[in-house]
Amino acid sequence: MSASDSVHAHGAHDGHDGHDDRHVHSHDHGHGSGAAHGSLKGYLIGFALSVLLTAIPFWLVMGKVFDDHTVTIVIVLALAAVQIVVHMIYFLHLNTSSEGGWNILALIFTMVLLVITLAGSLWVMYHMNANMMPMSPHDMREMP
Amino acid sequence: MQDRTHFMQLLLGRLSWDAIPLHVPILVGTFIGTATLGLALLGFITYKRAWGYLWSQWFCSIDHKKIGVMYIVLGLIMLLRGFADAIMMRAQQALSFGSSVGYLPPEHYDQVFTAHGVIMIFFVAMPLVTGLMNYVVPLQIGARDVAFPFLNNFSFWMTTAGAVLVMMSLFIGEFARTGWLAYPPLSGIAYSPDVGVDYYIWSLQIAGIGTLLSGVNILATIIKMRAPGMSLMRMPIFTWTALCTNVLIVAAFPVLTAVLVLLSLDRYVGTDFFTNDFGGNAMMYVNLIWIWGHPEVYILILPVFGVFSEVVATFSGKRLFGYASMVYATVVITILSYLVWLHHFFTMGSGASVNSFFGITTMIISIPTGAKMFNWLFTMYRGRIRFDLPMLWTMGFMITFVIGGMTGVLLAVPPADFELHNSLFLVAHFHNVIIGGVVFGAFAGITFWFPKATGFQLDPFWGKVSFWFWLSGFWFAFTPLYVLGLMGVTRRLSHFDDPSLQIWFQIAAFGAVLILFGILAFLVQLFVSIKNRVALADVSGDCWHGRTLEWSTSSPPPEYNFAFTPLVHDQDAWWDMKSRGYVRPLSGFIPIHMPKSTPAGIVLAGISLVCGFALIWHIWWLGAAAFFAVIATAIAHTFNYDRDFHIPAEEVARVEQARTRLLATTV
Repeated sequence: MSASDSVHAHGAHDGHDGHDDRHVHSHDHGHGSGAAHGSLKGYLIGFALSVLLTAIPFWLVMGKVFDDHTVTIVIVLALAAVQIVVHMIYFLHLNTSSEGGWNILALIFTMVLLVITLAGSLWVMYHMNANMMPMSPHDMREMP
Repeated sequence: MQDRTHFMQLLLGRLSWDAIPLHVPILVGTFIGTATLGLALLGFITYKRAWGYLWSQWFCSIDHKKIGVMYIVLGLIMLLRGFADAIMMRAQQALSFGSSVGYLPPEHYDQVFTAHGVIMIFFVAMPLVTGLMNYVVPLQIGARDVAFPFLNNFSFWMTTAGAVLVMMSLFIGEFARTGWLAYPPLSGIAYSPDVGVDYYIWSLQIAGIGTLLSGVNILATIIKMRAPGMSLMRMPIFTWTALCTNVLIVAAFPVLTAVLVLLSLDRYVGTDFFTNDFGGNAMMYVNLIWIWGHPEVYILILPVFGVFSEVVATFSGKRLFGYASMVYATVVITILSYLVWLHHFFTMGSGASVNSFFGITTMIISIPTGAKMFNWLFTMYRGRIRFDLPMLWTMGFMITFVIGGMTGVLLAVPPADFELHNSLFLVAHFHNVIIGGVVFGAFAGITFWFPKATGFQLDPFWGKVSFWFWLSGFWFAFTPLYVLGLMGVTRRLSHFDDPSLQIWFQIAAFGAVLILFGILAFLVQLFVSIKNRVALADVSGDCWHGRTLEWSTSSPPPEYNFAFTPLVHDQDAWWDMKSRGYVRPLSGFIPIHMPKSTPAGIVLAGISLVCGFALIWHIWWLGAAAFFAVIATAIAHTFNYDRDFHIPAEEVARVEQARTRLLATTV
């Protein structure tokens, strides 16, 4: 159940016509080809950014910076989204070229599905709530 | 006395002698029959002294080919169980009119239709398509195994453990009476306080782990292990559909897991996610389970679209028409399958804007599917078609599936759906696409790749008998349901008052009997083919004049699949190699690095089965013990460093020389 199971990953092959005469065994534990290892500078930038992005929401809430509750919530959520991106870039070393672009493709696909699922569920459940929840006879008579 | 009951409850939870259904004659009869057959099989294996062989060569094997075969065997065995449920329902509905109540009491009938749905989707259709993907994908991409061979074995045994749990519910306790998706509040603790829904939850959770991990595995295999030269747009279509299917599995199955976790929290610890009180909302369950459920039907159908593509190209002797459009159609279906889930509950009360959005997306999905249909037709056009068994199944599919697809578009119109929702028209529609698509596709795939897997072809006569019984039986069984559905008859009823409907149910029951003959003919076909295996042998390894790499190796393939990793220069790599006068290399073999068999997979799945059983019956000590045993075994297995070995070059040379001699006998 680990990377060592990956006995037959193909590396670069070159061989004579029809077949190549050797089989490359990749015992590459952990990182595949192309995934960049982080530098100390990268980790420090990531650390600083995530501390900053965590401190700001705390300050917003505890210091009661905005009178309007909604504004605070929106900003905190937005910062959380930025935090996710910071983690992916500086700690997970995600970029457009790692694993030959498969990582970014998988990320985009995941994002699309998440947006579809969450937005769709909210939309559907909002409709259900609006249409199906008035349950008293009086409410039903008021229905369009 | 009080202490004693308390102790027994601590020891056995809800389990007691009352759980054994001795008072239900049908179940006692079934049990005696099953037990006799099972003991006969076990006795036969013991008599043949095959236990050691089965254990070391099959159960512990991490060879993707053997695991693929085991998946298909599991699927076929469970098909017998699922079909037994089906024919029981057909008989009940044909008999139970007016004063006659039939032979199944309602609470038993409800378990039968629930078990039928669950088994057919999770333990027949899924193992069959997973088995085909497992067997064929590594061979088609020129690999020697999947990316994670041990994980593959583990996935198979988890799926089997789920199936075993469902089968246990037949004789210990009972199964859910909720329908195959177990909608709350009916599946909540208030309305289903017994063990039925718990059997449902834990069998699907255990099997779901297997499905998810096998999805990860095949996905990684296709992305990382293709033979050199095989770019994405040179992959065989079956591999493409397998890629998209496994993307869907990886993205969709966690939703099922999560929603079942929420339902089990409602049932076990009294949360209120899907209850009617305290802010719970059962509609959220329906919404979430169909976010998994709709991709699931494409998980089933996409691989068989791949099977049909391979079969049509091979048996028409032509390159597949519109390869690129086939790939794009598959990818578009993959995305669109996430945008249509609400069409399963148009009637739940969404407004016009929601319903029309999902109605339109549902209609749009028929466009790429239609494009595929035309691609297959144009591949056949001016082809030199050979009407062998896989091609027969494919043509049966094309006619049946198109009609099923059209009734699907009909149901996609929300106003029409308000009439047809939950009716037998719907039941006829989804059987039309699942039998006409997935089952016919599985049989096409099995007959197509059977000679590759075993080294001999399936007997054509009994195959044709099976095909014609299945095709005619399908139409006899489900056309009446379309008619009844249009008359407004709803599904899942065990008794009818209107005698004028009875004739339609009797025709449907007749159709089910025809399908029974189709299944029996298939079993006879297996038996006859094994008996005549010498006459039916495929020595060339390429009995259908195939186009893709799996036909370049021997039948059955050696343990290492390919002595040398093939180099790919074109689509239909093997056809390209043949047309360029490829000569099989006879020397220069080198040792081949292979993964080693391990019993860890079957052990882990066995303990998971115990854990699931304990949780169903509230035997908490056993559940906790089994859970920690699973974790401990998994960790212990990571310390097993003895995972691989090399097949010596001499051994490879010996196997290849044997094939050279075999090939020389035919010419």
